[in-house]
Amino acid sequence: MQLSGAEITLRCLAEEGVDYIFGYPGGAVLYIYDAIFNQDKVKHILVRHEQAAVHAADGYARASGRPGVALVTSGPGVTNAVTGIATAFLDSIPMVIISGQVPTRAIGLDAFQEVDTVGITRPCVKHNFLVKDVAELATTIKKAFYVATTGRPGPVLVDIPKDVSQQLAEYDYPKSVSMRSYNPVLKGHAGQIKKAVQMLLEAKRPMIYAGGGVILGDASPLLTKLVRTLGYPCTNTLMGLGCYPASDPQFVGMLGMHGTYEANLSMQNCDVLLAVGARFDDRVIGNPEHFFQAGRRIIHIDIDPSSISKRVKVDVPIVGNITDVLEEMLRQLAAHEAKPDAPALAAWWKQIDEWRGRDCLRYDRSNTEIIKPQSVIEQLWRVTDGDAYITSDVGQHQMWAAQYYKFDKPRRWINSGGLGTMGFGLPSAMGVQFAFPDDTVACVTGEASIQMCIQELSTCKQYHLPIKIINLNNRYLGMVRQWQELQHGNRHSESYMEALPDFVKLAESYGHVGFRIDRPQDIEPAMREAFALKDRTVFMDFQTDQSENVFPMVPGGKGLTEMLLGSEDL
Amino acid sequence: MNNNRHILSLLLENEAGALSRVAGLFSARAYNIESLTVAPTEDPTMSRMTIVTSGSEDVIEQITKQLNKLIEVVKVFDLNEGRHIERELMLVKVRAEGKDREEIKRTADIFRGRIIDVTDRIYTIELTGTHDKLDAFLEALGSTQILETVRTGASGIGRGEWILRV
Repeated sequence: MQLSGAEITLRCLAEEGVDYIFGYPGGAVLYIYDAIFNQDKVKHILVRHEQAAVHAADGYARASGRPGVALVTSGPGVTNAVTGIATAFLDSIPMVIISGQVPTRAIGLDAFQEVDTVGITRPCVKHNFLVKDVAELATTIKKAFYVATTGRPGPVLVDIPKDVSQQLAEYDYPKSVSMRSYNPVLKGHAGQIKKAVQMLLEAKRPMIYAGGGVILGDASPLLTKLVRTLGYPCTNTLMGLGCYPASDPQFVGMLGMHGTYEANLSMQNCDVLLAVGARFDDRVIGNPEHFFQAGRRIIHIDIDPSSISKRVKVDVPIVGNITDVLEEMLRQLAAHEAKPDAPALAAWWKQIDEWRGRDCLRYDRSNTEIIKPQSVIEQLWRVTDGDAYITSDVGQHQMWAAQYYKFDKPRRWINSGGLGTMGFGLPSAMGVQFAFPDDTVACVTGEASIQMCIQELSTCKQYHLPIKIINLNNRYLGMVRQWQELQHGNRHSESYMEALPDFVKLAESYGHVGFRIDRPQDIEPAMREAFALKDRTVFMDFQTDQSENVFPMVPGGKGLTEMLLGSEDL
Repeated sequence: MNNNRHILSLLLENEAGALSRVAGLFSARAYNIESLTVAPTEDPTMSRMTIVTSGSEDVIEQITKQLNKLIEVVKVFDLNEGRHIERELMLVKVRAEGKDREEIKRTADIFRGRIIDVTDRIYTIELTGTHDKLDAFLEALGSTQILETVRTGASGIGRGEWILRV
């Protein structure tokens, strides 16, 4: 049967099981929008800015594990989408972005709304395609989903010129696709796994460091089983939160720049480190020279060979799908006659518990005058029974959410860890809510970040998304101010936000409910009221302590254990 | 860290954009690139690329891994891992007048170069060899006025039975 390129695109998406696409129409995608109009399998969500389309698709993907799909027009549609694409790329999120392009005959002639989309997006996609022949469209879309979702996942862009979306071709969606140049490794090397098991069992001061790869690989249950089988301490990266239950006693908290005292000290002082789906990035290990001062043997499991020995030399690299590797590891552990060194482990736990005794996340909980931002997150955790999907923007509020909301399940913590994109929180929450319409979704944000995609309040209204926005409003670009206090002589250069809108009125003008909360005792009642409004978007504007900073903190360039634990350390 | 010269051989899909992905990777990750040559192979769907780069062993390992990650790259091999041959082609246009003409011709012969174009004032010489040999030839030309040089960058291949193919 002959179909137009636009119809083929929609058929392919339906074939891939796509239920939502997030997009914004424009000239180059008009045939595709016409095809959307003429079918009912794939529902289109009209956002208010292309950046939000990509973030929403991203949030959908992070929460559901299924690839997110965004649709944008050529030129400014694509350039607006780039921030979203780069955000997904840095966090390895499976996504397919379909972009319109000017007609093939106009490419290269500086046509209206023409940009070199493939060129602009090349460094921030896993792969991209320009479809020049409608006959290749279906196969290309199949390849896009295949590449986006296999191996180390990532965003893949398909650029479709307007004439290609109009032309007719025989529709035949391939059942599968293979590419001689793309063969992601699956099984880990059994010999390497054997070495790793041996090394783990010899450990006196073991540590398990798990990151976003565990979540992307849906390997949380296996990781949890491994950690419990061994009885070793486990830390999570910012991207890995929820892959090991935070309320479990073997969890020592997040590590890194704003990690816990016990996590960072365990990381530095362990003798065997098992890294699972984590990449030793600069926010995690601090100053690399300082990190190397302590000798330790490292086992590193990752699906991407280039993540291994990139920043840190490892002793036992294991390239493979985390699920397969952990299954094999558990199998070998069960069969092994040796068991973990119980006396050594007991001494190690004693040491860790001592570090824990510092209670590094303590703050002034008794304050009745001014809202401490940390207490808002702790209340949020209580009011939502620790079971909400929490998205966040970027800055202090993000770190507090990561530190104080105890994530017990994977895919509940949705944040831009790699790129650190302000404006991510609200649109990604929309994507999460579409994936899980009946679940509680809250966006933890600040008065600066929220304004970067505030227009999406309109999308929330159109689709009746009952997202709860927790705005930690300190009238500062808080993290910028914190760094200025620490490293720039307390000169608050352009970090104070004047002329803020009245967020309550703003929310109301979009048709939502808005609360302003000024006093600590009002936090909980306001939240209970807000979360009881099951069918409304509620904007909660918490006026928080302007001077509060995120602790612990490893200042830039310092070693992992050179932490500031509170303002008394400044 | 030693910055050793490495010569990498790649097989990649002969598709528009594959070259810019490779070149973009080198600039984005601040890797050195001394030369890069590429052309289709006997199988027209595939191109063979030779990249001359330098870096510590760690950097070269990352370069190889990152190249392998590019979807259109089919195979990457560091020729330094085995015995190999490399050749570069150079075309040099020199001022050749009076008694210099004989001297330049002799020098070209010594280097097994060929004069491939002649006017009464100019020789154009073709020379193939390693990077070093081409440099040595330019030095040997001494006071001869070099008007133009074109070099292809190195192409490399493994010695003996060692073959890079899909």
